[in-house]
Amino acid sequence: MTTAAPAACRQENRADGGRARLWAFGALAVLLVLGAAFSESLCPFDPYAQNLSAALQPPSPEHFFGTDRYGRDLLSRVIAGSRASIFGTILLVTLIAALGTVVGVFAGWTGGRLDAVLMRLSDMFLAFPGLVFALAVAGVLGGGLHNAILALAAISWPKYARIARSQTLAVRESAFMKAARLSGSPEGKIIRKHLLPNIAGPILVTAMLDIGTMMMELAGLSFLGLGAKPPAAEWGSMMSESRGLMTTVPWSVYAPGLAIFVSVMVFNLLGDAVRDALDPKMRER
Amino acid sequence: MKGYIGRRLLAVLPVLFGITFLSFLMMRLAGSDAVTEMYSNAGAAVSQEVIDAARANLGLDKPFLTQYFSWLAGLLTGDMGVSHVSGRDVFDTFLSKLPATLLLTLLSIALTVVVSLPLGLVSAVAVSRSRTDRRPRWRRLYAAVDYAVRFVSFIGNSLPNFFVALLLMNLFALRLGWFPVIARGVTIGGAVMPALTLAIAMSAKYLRQVRAAILDELTKDYVTGALARGVRERVILTGSVLRSSMLTLVTLLALSIGSLLGGTAIIESIFLWDGVGKLAVDAITMRDYPVIQAYVVWMAVIYAAVNLVTDLLYLVLDPRIRLGVEPE
Repeated sequence: MTTAAPAACRQENRADGGRARLWAFGALAVLLVLGAAFSESLCPFDPYAQNLSAALQPPSPEHFFGTDRYGRDLLSRVIAGSRASIFGTILLVTLIAALGTVVGVFAGWTGGRLDAVLMRLSDMFLAFPGLVFALAVAGVLGGGLHNAILALAAISWPKYARIARSQTLAVRESAFMKAARLSGSPEGKIIRKHLLPNIAGPILVTAMLDIGTMMMELAGLSFLGLGAKPPAAEWGSMMSESRGLMTTVPWSVYAPGLAIFVSVMVFNLLGDAVRDALDPKMRER
Repeated sequence: MKGYIGRRLLAVLPVLFGITFLSFLMMRLAGSDAVTEMYSNAGAAVSQEVIDAARANLGLDKPFLTQYFSWLAGLLTGDMGVSHVSGRDVFDTFLSKLPATLLLTLLSIALTVVVSLPLGLVSAVAVSRSRTDRRPRWRRLYAAVDYAVRFVSFIGNSLPNFFVALLLMNLFALRLGWFPVIARGVTIGGAVMPALTLAIAMSAKYLRQVRAAILDELTKDYVTGALARGVRERVILTGSVLRSSMLTLVTLLALSIGSLLGGTAIIESIFLWDGVGKLAVDAITMRDYPVIQAYVVWMAVIYAAVNLVTDLLYLVLDPRIRLGVEPE
């Protein structure tokens, strides 16, 4: 068949394209994270300085996104808000991936009754309504972004626990694990050196693909008033603060909305690229 | 079969106890209760005696465990108590909010299927043709079609639903005036915008899943074989491919229906849609414990039902599982 050769070529081209994509979106994501890290020096104005005489201005060369109802520069507030959204999300995803992996590996490795109890527990958290959790956490610890992160973490870790558990079960019985056990390696070392590196791939892919979703969930909690609270510059709460101004000053809603949209898109694209690079079988053809 | 369903239902019980206990505990730890919230909103200072009497009236002065077990006993006898805020029966309140959420669920799922199934199919067929068509120009065209569909799905996947809600509200309600900004009662017209908001995010997700599932089928040997025997593509698509990729779609739909039936707190509160999600948000802000508990029970029931239904659907839709053959 003559089609065999071009198909193989295309396959290779796609692999190269995948590498390039990984670098491009990785660079964009790093740019976003750096922007969030140095947000204070990037803001053209003080994001909290009110100037009522300059309130509700449309976008202009001076105020790129215009100003909000207190005359605060919206571009500065969007830049300042990147810290809460981007760092908050990365912290959240790291937290749930780590917690879920520990629980899942523990359950899968030990097996037996403990496994059943841990999995039942994770079922419970999966079925638990996130809102009730968020509010209770906000009530106990006070509101704020940190507690919204805790609330989301509490209901999101079971997904990782399930992946880690099934991966552990699959890897545990493989020949190299038996060899490691036969050669007398201590259990802790087997888990660290042999098990974890072998189950890290799917967990990393899930985590990367989760960043975008979690960013939207976190902003959503703030939008409902259960996360970051005004006057804090956070994209979700900024949108909820100015939703009444949608008809008169639409940019006060568009600016933070676009910021979420762009960040989520960059992290989603990066997540796809990481998945394609790490696991060609999961690639979307 | 009956034994299987029975065992599955029994396995739900610990989860049900666990999460109702947890939510009970958490709301108590959160401090405040309906009485405090009510009087703090009343403005005027209220004497401690009045507060104590109101709390004793609602049983909030009893020890925590007593409260939980009396609630549990009530639940088992079908009595979910009365709302601490409105004084109405919790079960009736809940039932009265259910039609709105059901309507929203049905409408948004229907919209999602109508959008994502054809687009996913088009995208998958375009990919497969972009690989096999002999004419290079057509190959590029097919690839472009797939690219365009995926691009749209990507945009939809990256938009937060509350942003979509605000954009739709601005466009259709405020500028064009096609739909009311806030629905008056539970009507189809009022449900269109929230359903559209939900459907945009879901379609974007399903589009990719449908595309992947159909593409997966299209690359199987039986399709090549049928094509070689001269069976028309359309016949293969509707006869075999669509049917076998239904399994993926139906499982996903079951999960979505589950989460939609739980009420979508953000969307329902933005559009002031009087469903279960908004009821939960309101109950939580007013610390209306019995209503919160009812919501938690509802979520647990949905979770269990969705798990059971997807398992049964597999049984029905995949003959290999039904006949006891190991799927590959």
